[in-house]
Amino acid sequence: MISKKDVQYIAHLARISLSENEQETLAKDLEGIVKYVGKLQELDTKAVEPTTHVLPINNVFREDVVRPSLTQEEALANAPAKEAGSFKVPQVIE
Amino acid sequence: MSTTVEKQFETVIGLEVHLQFHTKTKIFCGCANDFGRDPNSHTCPVCLGLPGTLPVLNKVALQYAVKVGLALNCKINPYIKFDRKNYYYPDLPKGYQISQYDLPIAQHGFLMIPTESGPKKIGIFRAHMEEDAGKLIHDGQTQSSLVDYNRTGTPLLEIVSDPDLRSPQEAYDYLQTLKLILQYLDVSDCDMEKGSLRCDANVSLRRCGEKEFGTKAEVKNMNSFRAVKAALEYEELRQSKMILSGERVVQETRLWSEEKGMTFSMRSKEEAHDYRYFPEPDLVPFTLTEKNIDDVRRTLPELPQEKFQRLQSQYEISAYDTQIIIQDPALAAFLEECVAVGGVAVKKVCNWIIGPLQQETNTRKVKFDQLKLAPKNLMDLISKVEGGVVSNLVGKDILKMILDSGKTAEQIIQENGLAQVSDDGTLDKVIDEIISQSDSVVQQIKEGKESALGFLVGQVMKKTQGKANPKKAGELIRRRLSP
Repeated sequence: MISKKDVQYIAHLARISLSENEQETLAKDLEGIVKYVGKLQELDTKAVEPTTHVLPINNVFREDVVRPSLTQEEALANAPAKEAGSFKVPQVIE
Repeated sequence: MSTTVEKQFETVIGLEVHLQFHTKTKIFCGCANDFGRDPNSHTCPVCLGLPGTLPVLNKVALQYAVKVGLALNCKINPYIKFDRKNYYYPDLPKGYQISQYDLPIAQHGFLMIPTESGPKKIGIFRAHMEEDAGKLIHDGQTQSSLVDYNRTGTPLLEIVSDPDLRSPQEAYDYLQTLKLILQYLDVSDCDMEKGSLRCDANVSLRRCGEKEFGTKAEVKNMNSFRAVKAALEYEELRQSKMILSGERVVQETRLWSEEKGMTFSMRSKEEAHDYRYFPEPDLVPFTLTEKNIDDVRRTLPELPQEKFQRLQSQYEISAYDTQIIIQDPALAAFLEECVAVGGVAVKKVCNWIIGPLQQETNTRKVKFDQLKLAPKNLMDLISKVEGGVVSNLVGKDILKMILDSGKTAEQIIQENGLAQVSDDGTLDKVIDEIISQSDSVVQQIKEGKESALGFLVGQVMKKTQGKANPKKAGELIRRRLSP
């Protein structure tokens, strides 16, 4: 059972705000999704290796060779706020 | 530790060490791994987490991780993957950190630390690869934080010990031992001040004899090994006081304050430690064959403990000397190069390396391998001191000049006329002069006052600007004055 509280918790983790209405609708939707996916629980997967990746490819590497970076100007081009060559964000203190 | 803690409680400590690899590039992109530059000058769409970009693993970072795993006696997993650790913080542009969850690169290792009752085995629970986050600078005045993403994507290895450490001192010794191994492997600068080696500690107390662990606190923000020890000592006391007064220790993250010498609860981040790990779909898994692992194993250098045993038995030097020598792999290598040159007893070479040479590295504030000194040059100098060509004291000055100029001992002795004067002719002339000016002292010597002889030798040294061979001068004076 997905409660409204669950929805609020997940919304907070994702940093999205939802109206009361949306919370109720989403609780129902999520409930349906979890139930649907829950169907898989009926399968016996004891002998099946967990899938870690959907593509049948392993070992894709990059050599340790430096490539050009963006300039500071380019890196900051889309920043909503900047100062002293840095991205400026609302104060965070741990 | 207070006596009450000692009697009633056992301290249980596990350490998490974050190690930055000094690869040329970051872990998942080709940006230079060099973050001490202008802010945000070493970033690209991948490490900035721009949409549509894909990370690709740095081959060398994986090799380094395997190297460390092997050196710590770990089992290297033949199949590894990366996972997303989700959390929201501005130093993490993607909103998740690429890390390893259930299939880390290395597990189940150990290292040996020295204790008063002999070597003790400390388990390594696991070591996993991940990417470092950016750097935040807080600006109290403008109520804002500034973010520099140069460090984002620096390859990290998190090395997690088992909860096998039983005192702050053991934790300190574990860190020293681990750091030395990592320095030998040459995979990181291992500089805690620069943040290339960082340490968080988990610490709890339990009543002696109890099997269950107590509730732990995680302590962060220590920027030296000494600080780790101090923070753990503080926690021992804090937690024991709480338990004794019937309070409950709460599981929490605490920050060490160096100025106050205390730890403080970090309440703000308590709420959501819900990382929702899941396999990173942007990176394919990796397999490591026996051959891959053996290839890395072959690149392992002789590690500190092996070196200690070999040097001690091969050269018959004391445990004390050997312990100092192995603290720097460059120092140990230099000793062996000197021994290969030959001509001087190993013990003498050791004394010079541990004594005057170490002193020079300290006063010059450089690392040993930054001194430009050819082994042959030092050996020639030591030979000259041993052969009485120059005194020990002058020898040390010559060493300074060698390091300053790169010239040979021979050149410096020649150019500065530093050779000790031992020939009878030259010394006789000086002694004549001094004896003729020191009637009363001469009288005392003739009356059998031995200590007065030293005064005359001192005069000879002064007159020759320290170049006279004092032993020789003493003999000559005695011979002259003997009836």
